[in-house]
Amino acid sequence: MLRIERLTKDFGGLRAVDGVSLEVPKGGITALIGPNGAGKTTCFALISGFIPVDSGRVEFDARDITGMPPHRVCRLGMVRTFQIVQPFASQTVLENVAVGSHLHRARRSDALAHARDVAHRVGLDADIDRRAASLPIARRKRLELARALAVEPKLLLLDEVLAGLNPTEIDEMVPVIQGIRESGVTILMIEHVMQAVVRLAGYVWVLNHGALIARGRPDEVVLEPAVVEAYLGKRAASTYRTQAAGAGI
Amino acid sequence: MRRELPALLAFGAAMAAIPLIVSSEYLMTLATLALYSALLGISWNILGGFGGQYSFGHAVFFGTGAYVNAVAQVRFGLSAWAALPLAVCGGALVGVLIGAPVFRYGLRGSYFALVTLAFAEVFRVLANTFDFTGAGVGMMIQLKPGAGQFQFTDPSGFLWAVLVMVMVGLLASLWLRHSRFGAQLVAVRENEDAARALGVDAFRVKLGAIALSGALMAAGGFFYMQKFNYIDPPLGFGASVSVEALLVAIVGGIGSVYGPVVGAFALEALGQLTTALIGKDPALSVALYGVILILMVAFMPSGLAGLGEKLLRRGERGR
Repeated sequence: MLRIERLTKDFGGLRAVDGVSLEVPKGGITALIGPNGAGKTTCFALISGFIPVDSGRVEFDARDITGMPPHRVCRLGMVRTFQIVQPFASQTVLENVAVGSHLHRARRSDALAHARDVAHRVGLDADIDRRAASLPIARRKRLELARALAVEPKLLLLDEVLAGLNPTEIDEMVPVIQGIRESGVTILMIEHVMQAVVRLAGYVWVLNHGALIARGRPDEVVLEPAVVEAYLGKRAASTYRTQAAGAGI
Repeated sequence: MRRELPALLAFGAAMAAIPLIVSSEYLMTLATLALYSALLGISWNILGGFGGQYSFGHAVFFGTGAYVNAVAQVRFGLSAWAALPLAVCGGALVGVLIGAPVFRYGLRGSYFALVTLAFAEVFRVLANTFDFTGAGVGMMIQLKPGAGQFQFTDPSGFLWAVLVMVMVGLLASLWLRHSRFGAQLVAVRENEDAARALGVDAFRVKLGAIALSGALMAAGGFFYMQKFNYIDPPLGFGASVSVEALLVAIVGGIGSVYGPVVGAFALEALGQLTTALIGKDPALSVALYGVILILMVAFMPSGLAGLGEKLLRRGERGR
């Protein structure tokens, strides 16, 4: 459904994304993981057209969308959420979601009715008339999700929707995301919460210093030395390995 | 929207009834000027309030309306009624011409404010240069009293004329509150990146808003020309009209439909009060406006309309 070929982006002297090629098959949840500063969010911004691509190619639904502006990418059926939530602060939850609903609905009343449905799907019924600015972070994450769902995407790019949530809130959010997948939406997610990645994702790509270093099933990938090293550092990784070996793991 | 139409019509009827109730020509002129001021505020509010693009140079649309009107009548011998659509379209067109490069290159916030100010200055200099627009002398339209020339012999005529323009502006504002375009415009104001991610073409939406705003402001310029028969570059493109438009909207309540009307009447009343107390001094009124603006922004950012809403809510809670 989404195919990226040798995607590259430089910021000044820094190569933020370095020849990344990856694929997201239709259906299911694919995860993009990696330590802080690995270039995950930059990847999302490149794919969704928020920043121009230096070189490489982005293909969505067998269509070249490299360099296409975000609103047109969205109309084709790919939508992203933001790691740092970006609500329309002075608007109510319903009004926020309705902006997404309006993509395929010209009439205000149709959009509001649809927005109500979507809010219900992510469990925001109780907050529908609250201003987005007054929502606690866990609710704002749901709002971010609801708005994106309201455009009725084929592919949903989730940028750390679980970050900043406590374990209970994560447990509440995981079924919501599973529900979205079951409704037929393909998901590509950036995630730091590994336990959630293992529970949700069918396939994982690991990014470090802008380049892919591993790929595979989540439970396998997290054991790969290169991945452990990227997260823990070389020294800590070898210590960890020795200890693990000693303990007979 | 249907639920809010009765309130709008009631407002229109109340205003339209002023000449029937009040016989004082002074009060009628006062109401006319307040409505005219409200029109400028409504125009500014569409771009600044709903769209979050704060213009400091709305005079550019005002002057365009006034000058297109004057040129059409003086140079081309058209009637005022024929000049009206030209003036309004001129305002919209100037809006698009300014908006296209400015929004294409993503100028926001204070940069947008400065660029609009600069455009108004450029237009002022241009109007000052060419004989076609009367250069520094300005332009005068011929006095031809009569409704057929939009020069009403009775003051009620001007009141009703500007009231119709205000009603159109309020209808446009109400439409923004209840339409896809309006929802997208507000989304762009609140968070442009998030709006774009949700499929909103921010460029096109802002362009539409500046065209609509420019058209209404040009109607204000057209009306000014008909009421006072004379325009020159500083009157048309100078900062004072720009300030009046944004002040009315900010005092009344940015982003609220009726805010500019409230702001316009409040400022008109205040202006009359200070004139009565201290006498008429243009420098003084500008200084006074400055002080009001600072106080409003510091202590009452949602304006008089916002204050009213807050009091209403408190009243409801008290019950």
